[in-house]
Amino acid sequence: MSKHIPLVATLVLGLAAIFVLPAFVEAFTLMELMVYVIMSILALSLGFVWGYGGILCFGQSAFFGLGAYTYAIAAINFGESTAAVGLAIAVPALFALALGYFTFFGRISDVYFGVITLTVTLILFNLVNSTAGEQYRIGSAPLGGFNGIPSIPTLNIPGMPDRVLDPQSLFIVCVILLMLVYLGLRWLLSSHFGRVVVAIRENEKRADLLGYDSRKYKLVTFAIGGGIAGLAGCLFANWGAFTSPTVFSLAQSAQVIIWIIVGGYGTLLGPVVGCFLVQWLTSYAGTLSAINPSLLLGAVLIAFVLLLPRGLVPLLQTAFVRWYPRLLSIKRQPDKAEARDALDRIPLAGTEP
Amino acid sequence: MDYAAVIGIEVLNAIATLLLTSIGLAIVFGMMRVINLAHGEFIMIGGYAAITATSAGINIWISMLIVAPLVVGAVGAVVERCVIRHLYGRMVDTMLATWGLSLLLVGAVTLIFGNTTVGLSSPLGSFAIGGYQVSSYTAFIGAVAIGVTVGLYALLKGTRFGLIARGVMQNPQMAAALGVSPPRIYSVTFTLGAALAGLAGGVLAPITGVVPTIGVAYVAKSFITVIGGGASVLAGTLSASGLFGTVNQLASFATTPVIGEVALLMVAVVLVRLLPQGITGRFFRGRL
Amino acid sequence: MSAGTSLVETNGLGISFGGVHAVNGVDFKLADGELRCLIGPNGAGKSTFFKLLTGQYRPTRGSITIRGHAIDGMESYEIARLGVGIKTQVPSVFNGLTVEENIWLSARRIGTRTEAKDVVAHILDMTRLQSLARSTVGTLSHGQRQWVELGLVIATRPALVLLDEPAAGMSDGEVERTAELIKDINRQCALIVVEHDMAFIRMIAKTVTVFNRGSVLVEDTVGRVLADERVRDVYLGKELEVRQA
Repeated sequence: MSKHIPLVATLVLGLAAIFVLPAFVEAFTLMELMVYVIMSILALSLGFVWGYGGILCFGQSAFFGLGAYTYAIAAINFGESTAAVGLAIAVPALFALALGYFTFFGRISDVYFGVITLTVTLILFNLVNSTAGEQYRIGSAPLGGFNGIPSIPTLNIPGMPDRVLDPQSLFIVCVILLMLVYLGLRWLLSSHFGRVVVAIRENEKRADLLGYDSRKYKLVTFAIGGGIAGLAGCLFANWGAFTSPTVFSLAQSAQVIIWIIVGGYGTLLGPVVGCFLVQWLTSYAGTLSAINPSLLLGAVLIAFVLLLPRGLVPLLQTAFVRWYPRLLSIKRQPDKAEARDALDRIPLAGTEP
Repeated sequence: MDYAAVIGIEVLNAIATLLLTSIGLAIVFGMMRVINLAHGEFIMIGGYAAITATSAGINIWISMLIVAPLVVGAVGAVVERCVIRHLYGRMVDTMLATWGLSLLLVGAVTLIFGNTTVGLSSPLGSFAIGGYQVSSYTAFIGAVAIGVTVGLYALLKGTRFGLIARGVMQNPQMAAALGVSPPRIYSVTFTLGAALAGLAGGVLAPITGVVPTIGVAYVAKSFITVIGGGASVLAGTLSASGLFGTVNQLASFATTPVIGEVALLMVAVVLVRLLPQGITGRFFRGRL
Repeated sequence: MSAGTSLVETNGLGISFGGVHAVNGVDFKLADGELRCLIGPNGAGKSTFFKLLTGQYRPTRGSITIRGHAIDGMESYEIARLGVGIKTQVPSVFNGLTVEENIWLSARRIGTRTEAKDVVAHILDMTRLQSLARSTVGTLSHGQRQWVELGLVIATRPALVLLDEPAAGMSDGEVERTAELIKDINRQCALIVVEHDMAFIRMIAKTVTVFNRGSVLVEDTVGRVLADERVRDVYLGKELEVRQA
């Protein structure tokens, strides 16, 4: 029974979001919620790759940006959104595959991997930012440089390019996709593939010595993360019907990392919670002129790394478990000095009684 | 011929700039294995310190060469005490915390100084090579870079602190067993690294002007220069700055400055892939 | 396997780090199903030898053949798939996972879910860790973690098992249990066991190879090796050198 709680909760929340919210909430708030939902998908991508795969990518915004720009360019060129969405997922995934091959098969250490991903995102930002001017176009889509690409055709019903989704429908699509990504990752992590990925994060050398090619597992993990981030980017381009080089920015990458640290490293719920919380906090701080959002975010990140490195959700889980041990079949996590050992206790497929 | 000389000077300038902006990070990484992602903001604060001191009436040279390093050194000491010290050995967490610090510093400086670029006029004139005008300030930057390198070499090889620091760098436990307190050494080292960043910021302020977000431009290049250089503080930073500075400048001349930046970054990525220990992991091993 | 074909064979195997020849021209043969003990003073190259056999290090000269395959240039995981398992000097397990999950990961690599379930049950029984099955490995004692690692290693049914100091840090009772476990494992796998505890060696060994300074000093039966003057010199000599320094 207990293992079905996340599934049930997800469905309930999702359905509530879909049916209840659009009717009761004003358009402006709906748009805000939509961007939180889209960013949660981005958060999940890194939450999976880093929290479970142990791959700290400082440049997840590279895939986010590639998704946004690929969608924009494809949608403008094709005039129809369905193939554009497919490309927006495939292109970042392939890019992640290439980058992953370059790094994992070269046995680059974690720190240096962080440098390389940070640098790649900078390269992309610099390149795209400098493409202002008529000569920079792909097909009929001008790249726009620092001005970005405006008037992006948004999602239409597949096969009917004139039937464009209205904001409420777009919101519903985003919620459904978030649910699918969340449930999909849960399923993936309970599979053998997922168990090996986590084992590699725990002890890569031991995984190799058991006969698992850790490079391939990390590569596939990284590519999946890239594809999901690309999906988020595609939705983001739809949200504003606009995209600019800031999607590739270091600031964007930093935000994703902050969401995960605040929300919960090593869980799937954590990144979503962290995303909603920090985004809301940032927009709230933006209304107060006394506090600079950068300063607030920075202070929050430092505080969490020093005091609460595993983030909020594991803390809440531990507290919850202490009070309701029968409700969840979760073992008390032993207190550990090492912060990055948290594991979401997803039941091991095939070994439950 | 003259054009070649100008290019040569610009390349040397690029190398010197890269060296100055990276050496502080290299010291901290080489000696403590700490990746300080707020390094760019240390440089930025150095710039602001120099500009503020100059507009308060202090001589520009003193502002750049003394005030800036002192201010940022002090900031570094505080940061080490409050943040870095609690995260020793946790390399990833240090990166994350210092990234948070960089955001915090950008925010704080924006609150104090606002968002617009503040400038400082270049104190030296220019001189001519054939038909080209070259800023004399570039010679000054080169001189500072050489001075810092020589000074650090003297410090590490010639003084007692340098000896202790090198010992701690090689084997912290052994040093502790000999009665040296590694935390004190780390504190001094981090402060020194911060001061050097401040110096770079002060010296470069007349060239670029300062704005709170200028740190972002520096941190990635410094980061990659340090990683590309490898474990040896001086030899690594020198060789990596030499390579990347040259690539950057030549590519800029051949195409556009943006492509120049991209070229530097791409060469760096390839280098780290081919030489995961950095340049001094393979060449100049064992050198300081 | 036909007679005369060894499970493991090295010829002139060597590796140097800088100027140090950690392994220096080792000719080594192990037959299918054999149990060999590997002893020698610290720094003799035993762990390095293991790292060469598992692909963690690449030799600078010589060759290694395992199950008829030359493993030159193979990645660690490929060699593991040939049927080689290693318990390292410092226990290398998945500390954040439970005992059951650790062994499961290993068993699942070669079998289906149902097969793996049986293997896990069998190994928990063999190592007598059933009561700790749901415990997180990081919370176990050093001795228990060594047994988890043993279980982990044999769950892939390797033909060759390398054990690097399996009895280190164990109490007398645990040492005896480990010796029993090793003899049990030997019924199905060949083993090379590195150890310092001579009493433990006597419990399990038949043939002993002695390493010194990267090469083989002597290779003979337990009794003869432990009575050999040279072997004692090499152990004692090392100590004398240190005292004089």
